[in-house]
Amino acid sequence: MSIFVNRNTKILCQGITGKHGSFHSEQCLAYGTQLVAGVTPGKGGEKFMDKVPVFDSVYEAKEKTGATVSMLFVPPMFAGDAIAEAVDAELDLVIAITEGIPVMDMVKVKQFLKGKKTRLIGPNCPGVITPSECKIGIMPGHIHKPGKVGVLSRSGTLTYEAVYQLSQRGIGQSTCVGIGGDPVNGTNFIDVLEAYNADPDTEGVIMIGEIGGSAEEEAAEYIKQEFKKSVVGFIAGMTAPPGKRMGHAGAIISGGKGTASAKVDALRSAGVTVSESPADMGETMASLLNG
Amino acid sequence: MNIHEYQGKELFRRYGVPTGEGYPAFSVDEAVEVAKKLDCGKWVVKAQIHAGGRGKGGGVKLASSIDEVKQYSEAILGMQLVTHQTGSEGKKVNRLYIEKAGSIAKELYLSLLVDRATSMVTFLASTEGGMDIEEVSAKMPEKIGQVSIDPVLGFHPFHTRQLAKILNFKDKDLQKQIHSFGKSLYTMFVEKDCSLVEINPLVITEDNELVALDAKINFDSNAITRHKDILEMRDMDEEDPAEVEASKFGLSYITLDGEVGCMVNGAGLAMSTMDIVKLNGASPANFLDVGGGATKENVTAAFKIITRDPNVKAILVNIFGGIMKCDVIAEGIIAAVKDVGLKVPLVVRLEGTNVEKGKEILNGSGMKIIAAESLKDAGEKAAKAAKAAQTAQSTQTVKATSVAKGEV
Repeated sequence: MSIFVNRNTKILCQGITGKHGSFHSEQCLAYGTQLVAGVTPGKGGEKFMDKVPVFDSVYEAKEKTGATVSMLFVPPMFAGDAIAEAVDAELDLVIAITEGIPVMDMVKVKQFLKGKKTRLIGPNCPGVITPSECKIGIMPGHIHKPGKVGVLSRSGTLTYEAVYQLSQRGIGQSTCVGIGGDPVNGTNFIDVLEAYNADPDTEGVIMIGEIGGSAEEEAAEYIKQEFKKSVVGFIAGMTAPPGKRMGHAGAIISGGKGTASAKVDALRSAGVTVSESPADMGETMASLLNG
Repeated sequence: MNIHEYQGKELFRRYGVPTGEGYPAFSVDEAVEVAKKLDCGKWVVKAQIHAGGRGKGGGVKLASSIDEVKQYSEAILGMQLVTHQTGSEGKKVNRLYIEKAGSIAKELYLSLLVDRATSMVTFLASTEGGMDIEEVSAKMPEKIGQVSIDPVLGFHPFHTRQLAKILNFKDKDLQKQIHSFGKSLYTMFVEKDCSLVEINPLVITEDNELVALDAKINFDSNAITRHKDILEMRDMDEEDPAEVEASKFGLSYITLDGEVGCMVNGAGLAMSTMDIVKLNGASPANFLDVGGGATKENVTAAFKIITRDPNVKAILVNIFGGIMKCDVIAEGIIAAVKDVGLKVPLVVRLEGTNVEKGKEILNGSGMKIIAAESLKDAGEKAAKAAKAAQTAQSTQTVKATSVAKGEV
């Protein structure tokens, strides 16, 4: 079992003919992902790698191929519009990889999402992978291993680090989800934790947060009240000074809020085992599973 | 991106948000000239830097004569202004703003930002103006009210009624004024892709008029390319030259005050690398995310920016290749070292895409590299190398001092 995506998931790629879209579509196909369609307005009728049909719109791609999930690589200034199209076409899931979308565009998209059937993951995220079944996004597939630990994170490469530490210890992953580092995004920690909670094959979760906002504190409250499985937590940015944006638009300590220590305290009080060092995430999960 | 107060007020005027009457000045003569142009008996001379707390630091003065305008302008222009937001070295004042001084009956607080919890543009308002809002938030959070605006609906009269209640406006005239104030600000915020607009204080004058006495505006850097007019307001003097240089190469770089230079891919991993340096008893000299699609040239530029910092005693390269290929990183480092040399120990940890190729390139380069096998190993080795280099350096300094004193 897994959450959100599995071997039967049919996906389309919005922005498949662009530099990033084409490179990663090829990687996903090689991993075994059922990439059945591409969408680039104006390039309908072309074929990607001589086999994947390209359509002018998401509506058409969905109707002709039965794709239910979008992997989105559309450039930042046009990405808000592209996400909205996928939502309007009633896809089940949109995974937006694009980095640098204007916040105001996302404010509108987020409002448009209300009451719709589509779930948005991202933007500015590495994507979602169910090892050996379905890779949607930019993560290196080969470091993953199928298994029973969920990895949930706001950061990309730090997720790879956690996965690598698990796989090195022989611990596989159920599904790894990157929710992205932007201040306004589609899916939050709690949404993903709820899915893990309902998945009988996920036994534990590594949750990786970072400075800024209060999403980790809210997740801690949910874990305290509802979550039934073991959680290892890590918060990046212990050494980050206030008022400075650490790469991600969302990673900033402002008004004394969003500090690493407040987040660590909240997680601990919810019964989460917090790894002090980013090098000990895998080890901490190993000892929880064995203990 | 940030702009100065006087630029913020120009933007306010364009959107019909009432502000005081005033002009910028780049020299003392100009300050005197614009003060004369402002037909009044009292002026406020304000230092223009991108930091708050200017008044407390001595960067804002009330002048009662043209002579005093001259005197204060001479004192402030060129000064190194230190506030709680500038750091101990302060910021040099290159620009002034001279404003007609008004009569203040009451000081309030008003700001707009994108609230993460509601994902909406949100007003924060308080009757406690003029003081540090973070202090108000800590001591009397009940004094700050919040009004979120649905992007589909826009700013409506019911938002005005909520704002008027928070600000305790019983007077009909003030209620009318806050309506047009709020509506104009919201329109500006959305049209110009702002990320923060803060007015502290917002004042009621003795003539019962609502006026923005300050203007702090930040813009969303992801949207700045669609606002050429705003981009023209950018003041390079206010920005860290290393950070500006880095942004030209698509790098995200922030100067910190430690001794271990870090080069990492990905913001989360970059922050964690800083953290692991700290956990091993050393301090990071910078945050640097080379990003996912960096070329050899970008990596070379990144490496040069790090080595230019005189505080750097050791360098830690930590790459987990996903999109980023380890061989590209290796080639970038070698090109940089060829150009500028390598005077401090270099610890490299590579993992992920093309890792073997990357290691091969580095091993074949003849460079002295301390290889690290894991994140843990990398943190330990970098901290150790920095400490050793520091000890060696301080021993040298002692020797040099002794030589100077003729003791050896």
